[in-house]
Amino acid sequence: MEPVGHLHPSTLSPIDLPWQIRWDRDRCTLCGRCTAVCPVRALELGVHRTRSIDVPAGLSEKPTGSYGVYHAVDSTTDISRACVGCGMCALVCPNDAIRPERSGEVDRLRFHNTQGGEPRRRGGRRNDPASLLDRIKFVRISMLTDPALDAGRHEFEVRTLLGRVLPPEEAVRASAENGWIPPVREIYPLIIGGMSFGALSPNMWEGLQMGVAYLNEELGMPVRISTGEGGCPPRLLRSRFLKYVILQIASGYFGWDEIIHALPHMKEDPCAIEIKYGQGAKPGDGGLLMWYKVNKLIAAIRGVPPRVSLPSPPTHQTKYSIEESVAKMIQSMSMAWGFRVPVYPKISATATMLAVLNNLARNPYAAALAIDGEDGGTGAAYNVSMNHMGHPVASNVRDAYLNLVKIGKQNEIPIFAGGGVGKNGNLAANAAALIMLGASGVQVGKYIMQAAAGCVGTESDRCNICNIGLCPKGITSQDPRLYRRIDPEQVAQRLVDIYLSFDAELKKILAPLGRSTSLPIGMADALGIDDYYAAERLQIKHVV
Amino acid sequence: MCRLFAVTSEDPLSPMVALRALDVMKEGHDGSGVGLFMTDLGGDLEPFKGSPILSGIFSQEGIKKLDRYMMEIGLLTKYKISVRPSVAPPEGTPKRDQYLIRVYEYPFEWDGLSQAEIENRLMNIRLALRAMGEQDQSMMVFSFWPDVIMLKEVGDPMQIADYLGLERLGIQARVIMAQGRQNTNYAITLYACHPFFLQGVATMTNGENTAFGPIREYLASRGFAGYAGYQSDSEVFAHILHYTTKKLGLGLEAYKHIITPLTDQELVSHPDREFLRRLKHSCRFLTIDGPNCVIGCLPDKTVFMTQDSKKLRPGVVGGRPGMFAFSSEMCGLEEAIPDKQRIFEFQPMKYDVAYVDAKRTEVQRWNQWDTCIRQH
Repeated sequence: MEPVGHLHPSTLSPIDLPWQIRWDRDRCTLCGRCTAVCPVRALELGVHRTRSIDVPAGLSEKPTGSYGVYHAVDSTTDISRACVGCGMCALVCPNDAIRPERSGEVDRLRFHNTQGGEPRRRGGRRNDPASLLDRIKFVRISMLTDPALDAGRHEFEVRTLLGRVLPPEEAVRASAENGWIPPVREIYPLIIGGMSFGALSPNMWEGLQMGVAYLNEELGMPVRISTGEGGCPPRLLRSRFLKYVILQIASGYFGWDEIIHALPHMKEDPCAIEIKYGQGAKPGDGGLLMWYKVNKLIAAIRGVPPRVSLPSPPTHQTKYSIEESVAKMIQSMSMAWGFRVPVYPKISATATMLAVLNNLARNPYAAALAIDGEDGGTGAAYNVSMNHMGHPVASNVRDAYLNLVKIGKQNEIPIFAGGGVGKNGNLAANAAALIMLGASGVQVGKYIMQAAAGCVGTESDRCNICNIGLCPKGITSQDPRLYRRIDPEQVAQRLVDIYLSFDAELKKILAPLGRSTSLPIGMADALGIDDYYAAERLQIKHVV
Repeated sequence: MCRLFAVTSEDPLSPMVALRALDVMKEGHDGSGVGLFMTDLGGDLEPFKGSPILSGIFSQEGIKKLDRYMMEIGLLTKYKISVRPSVAPPEGTPKRDQYLIRVYEYPFEWDGLSQAEIENRLMNIRLALRAMGEQDQSMMVFSFWPDVIMLKEVGDPMQIADYLGLERLGIQARVIMAQGRQNTNYAITLYACHPFFLQGVATMTNGENTAFGPIREYLASRGFAGYAGYQSDSEVFAHILHYTTKKLGLGLEAYKHIITPLTDQELVSHPDREFLRRLKHSCRFLTIDGPNCVIGCLPDKTVFMTQDSKKLRPGVVGGRPGMFAFSSEMCGLEEAIPDKQRIFEFQPMKYDVAYVDAKRTEVQRWNQWDTCIRQH
């Protein structure tokens, strides 16, 4: 047995890595594009010695050997630079000579990416392709008594409400007595969930804002977008487009200095204020913007020094209980805009959701509840938080709705569901399922990144480096060399495509159910699933 | 499909007028059941206007239970019409012991109670009787209310009428609503048969209400005992009307705006947009999603017809001063009122409510684009 020298416990071979580079020597022209584009520098130019043995026929001459060199594209086994499978090398290769391939077995890298005592942090998602929402079917198809509608030609009112809705008796009384009516927004039921300026690149953010403005102003679709916790660019705060924006405040209060100062200059009220108490992808964890991404612009908008990591505290430090959070924070935010703007909390889905909901039900200023499930995405979090913390969204939303039914307030506090909606591409079906389970609308983030900007992340741990500012598509990077790869106009165009196709698909679901006049919130009698226990849990039909 | 027929007349009519009108529309319904609602009573029941009338079907055991229960409360029988069929029922109709219409006298303890309290007590008695009867199928109670009679049965309407001798019973009413089919949408039960009635408000509906599930949940969570039952998706129309008029204190116009609100874009240019927008938001879970033609009667004996906002079901209003009818088909209208005047004929479309009040002088039309929210 040959000695291999000294081995460090974390010395890995290429097959120990989750992704292996397949490089074709015959096709490669050594142009170097792949090594240049690789975000983690997993690819290197290698110079290798070759040896060939020349064996002449007969016995008169002895075999001779000769040495040469060849140049190759090598992949490193360095733990900090291991291939992440983003596939940019394959994208840029003119000769289809290189691509990453997923290892056929469980990698060894996972046992070693704790160097220096730092557990793995990453962006992305839970990395579990399974989806309960995908398994829910719409089984109440209108047949004879009620002929199904024509999805293409019939009029549909695909709208929902964001805001505290008074019960009919109180609404009639308030109208007669000229009393206070809480602000309610009529919006499109698919909201772009909170992805901060900072987590996203400027070009990505601008593209989304442009797309939202186009959807509203040219297509008449009242689409709303949440800022996430990172503030809002000053010009947008002072523009008429602010009405399409949900301003998010979270435990770090990033950007709120700028927002408060812009208040006297606002031409429009924002759509709503979202108080983030939790995020489904990393429940109990605050936001995390790592120092790589905190450049001067981001630092200025957030009101922090540049190049420092920005971990938000897990909870709002000024509050000690749900009651206080709900009562004080909602009221002070409402007061800041003269009670003209709905204020609602966003929580991560949790087994204690009902405690939050019941407190909201008692607070006349609470405008809604957004519940973010475990399948949500994040720009940066600890791997363990993403993979093992959290609660599925479906049963949480259903419990919330049924609890509201029990107290007769299902129309008063709209529930918005997020986290894994469209994780496998089935955006409209997942959204419709959540709406029929009781959500008034859905929030979506990852899907938008994938469909509007070409995020390459998958549910099998591909890429997932949003946290370090090296997004190969420029979506979550603050490096101009990277984010110039993405054109805001094209992001806007794709966003419009997404909404139009979502709208068409949603109508294809609603039409056979005979629903068009109002969104089928809580229409669980139309849902079925092939899993008996899931059907029992969600109180929907068990169909086989 | 169902076929519906309602008539309002200044002269009391036999229920056979409505049943004959249904019969000429029989190509459109399968004659699998009959439901009758009669109010503004004439004939033998005219003298008992203010007294509550119980309508239902009872077994012998059920009658005993009823008597015991009513005695305990102190409700005494003043007058009754009962049918104990001695011949075999028509094919498909179950054999029943007794069809009962019984007029009660209020207990003297109820003197001085508010109207609302009396109405609640009457409703609770009906619900209690219904619950008692459901345990052993000994009672089916359709209404317990002053000046109201209801009858429901499985089978062909004309055959049932013959079987019960309906024409000979001396029942007459100025408002009659009739429907000729047993339900098909959900499990078959007599309680699922239209018309539906709650505290003076009655409706019957053609079509299927696809938003039934969430509406039922919403009504059932209002904390009002009367919002129960829901063996049929159409029962919610009566209860929404009850909610609109009794709980919100609004009128028929608001009912139309609640079940079929204008779209957000339409509301922008409506003169009452502020109020209507709030109403739409607050009553979002009461928006119906058709196709439905609703015919109903309010406590003030106004009879109306309205449609859902998209698919519609056939419906026509017409007649002559003194007598008007609301019918699924023109032939039903012609059968009941041969001397109808064309000037009064009207087929309500998605924004319309057509109604005839107790004066019965004309068909009034109201459109959702009209400004005035009038109270009935």
